[in-house]
Amino acid sequence: MDIRNGLKYSEEHEWLLVEGDVATIGITDFAQDSMGDVVFVELPEVGTSVDAGQACGVVESVKAVSDIFSPVSGEVVEVNEVLPDTPEEVNSSPYEQGWIARIKLSDAGEVDKLMDADAYRTFVSGQ
Amino acid sequence: MLKMTPLNQTHRQLGARMVDFGGWDMPVQYSGVINEHLAVRSAAGLFDVSHMGEIEVRGSGALEYIQYLTINDASTLVDGQVQYSAMCYENGGVVDDLTLYRFAADRYLFCVNASNIEKDFDWMEKVLAEGDFKDVELVNLSDDFAQLALQGPQADAILERLTESDLKSLVFYHFIEGQVAGVDTIISRTGYTGERGFELYFAPQHAEAVWTALMEAGEPEGLLPIGLGARDTLRLEKKYALYGHELSSQILPLEAGLGWITKLDKPAFVGREPLVKMKAAGIPRRLVALRMVGPGVPREQYPVFVGDEEVGRVTSGTMSPSLRVGIALALVATGAHQVGTEVNIGIRTRRVAAEVVKPPFV
Repeated sequence: MDIRNGLKYSEEHEWLLVEGDVATIGITDFAQDSMGDVVFVELPEVGTSVDAGQACGVVESVKAVSDIFSPVSGEVVEVNEVLPDTPEEVNSSPYEQGWIARIKLSDAGEVDKLMDADAYRTFVSGQ
Repeated sequence: MLKMTPLNQTHRQLGARMVDFGGWDMPVQYSGVINEHLAVRSAAGLFDVSHMGEIEVRGSGALEYIQYLTINDASTLVDGQVQYSAMCYENGGVVDDLTLYRFAADRYLFCVNASNIEKDFDWMEKVLAEGDFKDVELVNLSDDFAQLALQGPQADAILERLTESDLKSLVFYHFIEGQVAGVDTIISRTGYTGERGFELYFAPQHAEAVWTALMEAGEPEGLLPIGLGARDTLRLEKKYALYGHELSSQILPLEAGLGWITKLDKPAFVGREPLVKMKAAGIPRRLVALRMVGPGVPREQYPVFVGDEEVGRVTSGTMSPSLRVGIALALVATGAHQVGTEVNIGIRTRRVAAEVVKPPFV
């Protein structure tokens, strides 16, 4: 199980990389492994505002449909345009090529409420 | 308590992901659904289908009883032949679909869906008790058989290494009794993938030995163990019905595209009257094959529209691993069933374009 230091994590198994006031989000290695082969990704639209905890996209495997919940509030400023054509990147590279969206934070304090890598390791081991 | 096949430990040792499938603890995937699916289409795959049920019908009255119980014409069968068939309720709805094996004029074997074994056996007993049949005996042998499916273009080459039976003379929907890896086995040229292949029935205590022998024999061809995930996508690409989805007590076989096994010219069988009536009045719904034109994955219960009118629902859907496009089976109103009909599928908040296509998908 690949859980990376330096990232933040949500209980819905999204990861978050904060750089300045922009956060990149994706689904964790645990999440992609649980889902199996990802075959379809529905991205949020650039320019939409999302609230923390709100569904902002969908990842589908052969058998299952899973919402992507934004771990933070803000405006979607960029999405990973290649994913609709190469959804398997979510499996093969969940923390890099498989990123989902970038969100301009409207409340940086929300980031502190998320888990760090150690807390997420503990969280996952209880699942 | 989940039921287990004799290969439960084997699956776990192989790292399979296990799921509850109709009360059975079954492998849904080993190396990944897409990888497994493509292995069956290009080489070969091995499936543990020991959860399937086997019910024997014995006695001199067996054929007369089976003719009344099932919708296909079992009188055409010869020894060593298999027939796809179904049992219906009085209202024409489907009890189960099945394969029927004729061993002798007084000995037949039903292979039925795992989650329906008890229901089917009870139904078969009820039909027997309420009818006027002489010398018919039913035996539920489900616990006496393990079953493996070896499927794919390389299936013959692999099985040939483990049997002296003449596979070349064994034609589609026929079976022979022989040995596989030294174990007495019913070798049946049948399957649920649309590929060449076999279904193998033998005593459960030999399951691990036969499984291991097949996996070793198939190594040069790239034989992989296949879970229920790929079993579902493989059958969907061929438009094979799955009970509980395309077939149920609320769906008549004529609606589900099983007119070809519904022999209305047989004098009497359970469900015949409503079926004859439906055929005369016009079949109201049809099972169709839908291929996505727009992006998205159709799923069971998603609504199907022509214009603004909902014409039916998806019964099974997936992303086709072979085509890399969304495909579905759907029950739609007659009129919306013609090949080429443009439809929309309601996927979450959007309506996405799809088209009725001629099956199979692959």
